[in-house]
Amino acid sequence: MAAASGTESLVTLLSRAGEDLAAGWVDRVSSSLGGRVSKAEVESELRELYTALLAALRQESVDVYGEAFGELRALLTELSRSRARQGFSPTETALSVFSLKQALEPVLSDGNEDDVRAYLQLSSLLDGLGLFTIEAYTRTREELIAAQAEQLLELSTPVVKLWDGVIGVPLVGTLDSARTMVVMEKMLQSLLDTGSEQAIIDITGVPAVDTEVAQHLLKTVVAARLMGAECTISGIRPQIAQTIVALGIDFGDIATKATLADALRHALRRAGTTLSTTSGTGVAR
Amino acid sequence: MSEQVPILQIGQVLLVSIQTDLDDHAVMRLQDELASRVVESMADGVVIDITAVEIVDSFVGRMLATIATISRLLDADTVVVGMRPAVAITLVELGLSLGGVTTALTLDKGLRVLERRRLEAAAGDGDAEPGAVEAGFPPGGAIDS
Amino acid sequence: MTEPAVLSITGNNGVVMARQTVRSLAQDCRLSLVEQTKLVTAASELARNALIYGGGGTMTASIVDEFGRRGVRVVFADQGPGIADVDLALTDGWTSGNGMGLGLSGSRRLVDDFVLDSAVGRGTTVTITKWAR
Repeated sequence: MAAASGTESLVTLLSRAGEDLAAGWVDRVSSSLGGRVSKAEVESELRELYTALLAALRQESVDVYGEAFGELRALLTELSRSRARQGFSPTETALSVFSLKQALEPVLSDGNEDDVRAYLQLSSLLDGLGLFTIEAYTRTREELIAAQAEQLLELSTPVVKLWDGVIGVPLVGTLDSARTMVVMEKMLQSLLDTGSEQAIIDITGVPAVDTEVAQHLLKTVVAARLMGAECTISGIRPQIAQTIVALGIDFGDIATKATLADALRHALRRAGTTLSTTSGTGVAR
Repeated sequence: MSEQVPILQIGQVLLVSIQTDLDDHAVMRLQDELASRVVESMADGVVIDITAVEIVDSFVGRMLATIATISRLLDADTVVVGMRPAVAITLVELGLSLGGVTTALTLDKGLRVLERRRLEAAAGDGDAEPGAVEAGFPPGGAIDS
Repeated sequence: MTEPAVLSITGNNGVVMARQTVRSLAQDCRLSLVEQTKLVTAASELARNALIYGGGGTMTASIVDEFGRRGVRVVFADQGPGIADVDLALTDGWTSGNGMGLGLSGSRRLVDDFVLDSAVGRGTTVTITKWAR
């Protein structure tokens, strides 16, 4: 912040360039965005930025993170968020700030020494603002990614109603701690929502379990019991059974069945539903 | 002064519905009062409804387990109903599984569990019936954290 | 960062107040329902410990923002006799009173960060943090 000379000459430079500068800036930005944002929209965005920038400079400040730049930062954050959501690249987003430099170059060609100094001052200021833009952009992208990861987690853990009073949780794919936790919460909530006293966790589609996941499953069963419901675990493949034994995890009196069909029969019996067989087809009444 | 939890009697069943965040004294008082009411009223069942309870810590957990044990000594069954999922998950993580306490999803289901027990007692059949869930870790079930 | 909430835990009501204070902070911090429940339960255990074993103490709770993640931090401090063997005190089932011995070890499992600082004659300070996911 060695610009002790103040920002007066910079304000003068920007105001003098006025309309020409604005037009040049809008042209550059809208061409860099490849027409995916209408020119009118770009113009209104940049005009707001321009006004906020001048207002900040009039307060004799060149500190990007200072109070004077508060409004400009808010505008840039908003701009970065909308660009990130629309799928623009970081470069395309930051160019909205950086192109002001290029737009100012023609003005400089017949400028005096004061103008050059002002330009350099502006240049370093715009670098700071550009970096701020990229940061805001990245933050938005990270939020998007986190939200998508969460959605994916939700998608990959369906809870289905198998029968009156019996819900099923078919698990497919690798189970990690976080996912098992989500399954656990979702299953327990479904027990309550559907008034089911029986739940079947089917792990036919799970290639492997480690100690932590096995323990999470165990805890899920215990939590369900606390709520007044029973769990049956089905589809334990031979490899997984071996792992469970090798890890020394005791499933105690938790009902485990080889197939989902066996588990359903068991759950229905526990729920008090009787099954009868008519010419080879199982029918539950 | 901590609030008092009303104990209602419906037929042979004592019903306690905890509606507020109880301090430890109120919890102890409830435990004492329930024990004496079981004896006085000759009730054969106790239902503790914790649908409205947002957290169950080790103190309240111990009260639930103690009431269940006391009522069993006095020949009554205790059913804890309406535990919220978040509360159940937390209790398991805390290391409390309320072994030996019978649980049910709702008040209605809890009353039906007691009803069935009564019929079975009359029929002299002591086997575990369908639908009754007993809380707790599986015997020998290993959970290390 | 917000102004920390300071509460003195001197009576039975202190434990209830501790639960309510921590719950409202956890809600402000947008912890999930399960995370809220775990944190409030841990706070309840530790507040009771401070009351019973420490002869009363203080709770300081605040929302913290570190390295881009937000969470709730609660510090329980008492001037009680302190704990001689900290490792032993953190074992399930160990108790010096007539509790179940799940207060310390159990609440450690319920939170993300758990720091126990204690020595005989110097009182006990427990700091717990739960981060928003």
